[in-house]
Amino acid sequence: MATQSENIEIIEVKHRTQLQEIWRRYKKNTRAVIGLIMLLILIFSALFASVLTPYDPLETNYSLRLEPPNAEHPFGTDELGRDILTRILYGTRISLTVGLIAVSISSITGCTLGSIAGYYGGRIDNIIMRFIDVIMAIPGILLNISIVAALGTGLQNVMIAIGISSIPGYCRIMRASILSLRGQEFIEASKAAGAKDFHIITTHIWPNAMAPILIQATLRIGGAILACASMSFIGLGIVPPTPEWGAMLSTGRDFLRDAPHLTAFPGMAIMFSVLAMNLMGDGLRDALDPKLKD
Amino acid sequence: MLKYILSRIMMMIPVMLGVTIIVFSLLYITPGDPVDALLGDEATPEAAEQLREELGLNGGYFQRYFTYISKLLQGDMGICYSTKQPVSDRIAQTFPNTMKLAGLSLLVSVTVGMFFGTIAAVKQNSIFDNIAMFLAMIGNAMPNFWQGLLLMLLFALQWKILPASGFSSWKHMILPAITIGTSSAAAIARMTRSSMLEVIRQDYMDTARAKGQSEFIITIKHALKNALIPVATTIGMQLGRQLGGAVLTESIFAVPGVGKMMVDAIKARNYPVVQGGVLMVALVFSIVNLLVDIFYAYIDPRIRSRFE
Amino acid sequence: MDNTKKLLEIKDLTIHYVTVDGTVRAVENLDLSINAGETLGLVGETGAGKTTSVKAVMKILPVPPAKVISGQILFKGEDILKKSKKEMRKIRGAKISMIFQDPMTSLNPVMTVSEQIEEAIGLHNPKKSRREIKKLSDEMLETVGIKAERSMDYPHQFSGGMKQRVVIAMALACNPELIIADEPTTALDVTIQAQVLDLMKKLKDKFNTSMIMITHDLGVVAEICDYVAIMYSGEVVEHGTREHIFHNALHPYTKGLFACIPNLYEDEKRLKPIKGLTPDPVNLPKGCKFHPRCPYAMEICSKESPKTAMMDEGHMVKCHLYKEGMADGK
Repeated sequence: MATQSENIEIIEVKHRTQLQEIWRRYKKNTRAVIGLIMLLILIFSALFASVLTPYDPLETNYSLRLEPPNAEHPFGTDELGRDILTRILYGTRISLTVGLIAVSISSITGCTLGSIAGYYGGRIDNIIMRFIDVIMAIPGILLNISIVAALGTGLQNVMIAIGISSIPGYCRIMRASILSLRGQEFIEASKAAGAKDFHIITTHIWPNAMAPILIQATLRIGGAILACASMSFIGLGIVPPTPEWGAMLSTGRDFLRDAPHLTAFPGMAIMFSVLAMNLMGDGLRDALDPKLKD
Repeated sequence: MLKYILSRIMMMIPVMLGVTIIVFSLLYITPGDPVDALLGDEATPEAAEQLREELGLNGGYFQRYFTYISKLLQGDMGICYSTKQPVSDRIAQTFPNTMKLAGLSLLVSVTVGMFFGTIAAVKQNSIFDNIAMFLAMIGNAMPNFWQGLLLMLLFALQWKILPASGFSSWKHMILPAITIGTSSAAAIARMTRSSMLEVIRQDYMDTARAKGQSEFIITIKHALKNALIPVATTIGMQLGRQLGGAVLTESIFAVPGVGKMMVDAIKARNYPVVQGGVLMVALVFSIVNLLVDIFYAYIDPRIRSRFE
Repeated sequence: MDNTKKLLEIKDLTIHYVTVDGTVRAVENLDLSINAGETLGLVGETGAGKTTSVKAVMKILPVPPAKVISGQILFKGEDILKKSKKEMRKIRGAKISMIFQDPMTSLNPVMTVSEQIEEAIGLHNPKKSRREIKKLSDEMLETVGIKAERSMDYPHQFSGGMKQRVVIAMALACNPELIIADEPTTALDVTIQAQVLDLMKKLKDKFNTSMIMITHDLGVVAEICDYVAIMYSGEVVEHGTREHIFHNALHPYTKGLFACIPNLYEDEKRLKPIKGLTPDPVNLPKGCKFHPRCPYAMEICSKESPKTAMMDEGHMVKCHLYKEGMADGK
């Protein structure tokens, strides 16, 4: 018993220094730090949107239609006289929510399926992987709009659609990790000691497979934000008047010639958030797996 | 090799069957009655019933799926509700346009992406590398529909160099092709760079140098061929992205392709067209990935020998 | 020793790796020479600068981060460091060739072994037809003990030892005057090691080639080398004939290396490893670089770096314990 508790302590200590080591490597990477700062700006805007701007994102004002950027409305106003900056700030909430929840849905489902497939192998592996192949055979955006067409538009269904279509990535990463870990001695040792499958998967395999999953998740948040905006853009996502960036772009399209600011700023907001997540994802990859670093 | 190709084709069949199940199920649970959409409100119940029978809309889930799949196997993808044409005809009209667009943008993005990715890797950390990777980063993050609108604003509305919409000449293809191709070029450039960086550190690069081979030939003959293996996957995936991206881009530039057809169909609840379009895109995508796998086996003898 | 007979002479070579984490002093004031037909063993721990030195001879160091600070590398009297890229390409593979450590990674996985040997031959025999080149390549494979019918196979179809034979065939293909072998047997199984070493010895004699054999295995040295240079932290600390080194080792580091080998004839309870670790090349100790680990360290050792002392005909050592003119072995 004594030796066992000793072992646990050692693992804990090692774990902490490992995290510190990762953070140390992450900090050294300028681009990764920029990505983190950009994400903090996004979170800040989402949390304090109502404090940051005096305007309401939904209240219309016809006397202020299509105003170009000026001192009072730095990003101008839209076709219903609403302040575009305000709508973009509130839009952060939607985008971050979609990114986070869609990624949670897909990573949890994907990791579970991948764990089952990799750990048990055989017929169940075959069934799961064929299912994954089927999802992968349909390009993401097409699957998204097909799902939304069936379930109906709206925030919840958009998140479900994006969540489902990005399951394959996680599933394959997790399965590959498990296949490479399964034969290793510490797993065999744990099995020999009589550990249950669930215990082995959650305590031994998941922590070891975490790094690639985390990287994938970070990168996919950007992808989810982009997918949500794309769907809203063609009217099959989140619909007006909700201040969603893609939907705003879609409206802006009708005023492209006379009021390009309607199009320019929401697009930049999308690009900003996707860039933030991509920079962070790349930074995490370099920090978590120094082998892969150029 | 032939055995390998055959086994891969056999593996495609269950996948495509799975796609039909997903597409069918999604539309099965979609609310709304297509018969109402087809006949309008004044239809007699008898006429509606007859049409239902004709379209295979009667019966339970399995019966309907069975009707759907057996018709599909005979090449019957149903009738387009809006034009009353067979769906296969509509796909035949639109698909070539999408393929032209996707093919052109793939060609451009592969050339641009691999060229810049290779140089960025060979000249790692140089100014060229930094600029190329910065552009790739931006290209990857830029929503392509936004980029499409900006291009349209500049080239069509402001400078009036290129047409804003339509698909009647090669000039019409330029803006949509750039729009679809940018993010792919960025992804291919990044993948080529990292794959090349991995390869140029391999010992066999030094072996080739030790033979007295020139750096240029080493890069082309030894490095690129090895680096191509992971890049090929990315290229295959990009075609999927381009077929998907066509949905948005074709809508923006009013290109009469499969993407625009599907978006319009979804909005009009024109289900057979949606089913047919998704199925067709999935089929093409699967075939491309099959080609990528065959290409793998072609350049990598280690994969080839597994099937000999 | 007659200077004109020297095939390769390295004089005062210093190479640094300039990185963000600091400057790695990989090779410092290295002097080495080898005559035609001889085999020189370059012995030392990992990180002693052996590979860096020979890659400098081939001029295939990655620049940057590597940087040649000073020195000369004379090959048949001409300074390699002054040669242009084009001139150098004519030397590499044709006059000097190299065998790398790990045959698993030193062959290109997507080319057949024959293509890779043919490449080496073709580069230096531009007038030969493809068929002639192919024939030469097949002959070369037979020479190293691989049947010519396997020439169209890919590297992954060969075992480690066989792959190293292919690498050897490639290195010998143009009948070079000098072969540099960078730990050619380290990555192989023990039984295969002996076979490969044997083959190299035979071929070296057959083609009358000079060879620099990098190794950390004194057994390999005993087997194949005429001369031995012991490297520590980027410099040669002792240099002499095989007999000098094996029977009359002077430098404490060399002595330490021998103490690490179990002796069959003495009943040893435990091996005596050299205490401490190889110094951090970014932060080398002052004075003699070995002094923190040296059992005989004196005060002067931490202050001044020792000069080269010639102890016997061709036996030199870099250590404060020895002064030139002292009788060999104290």
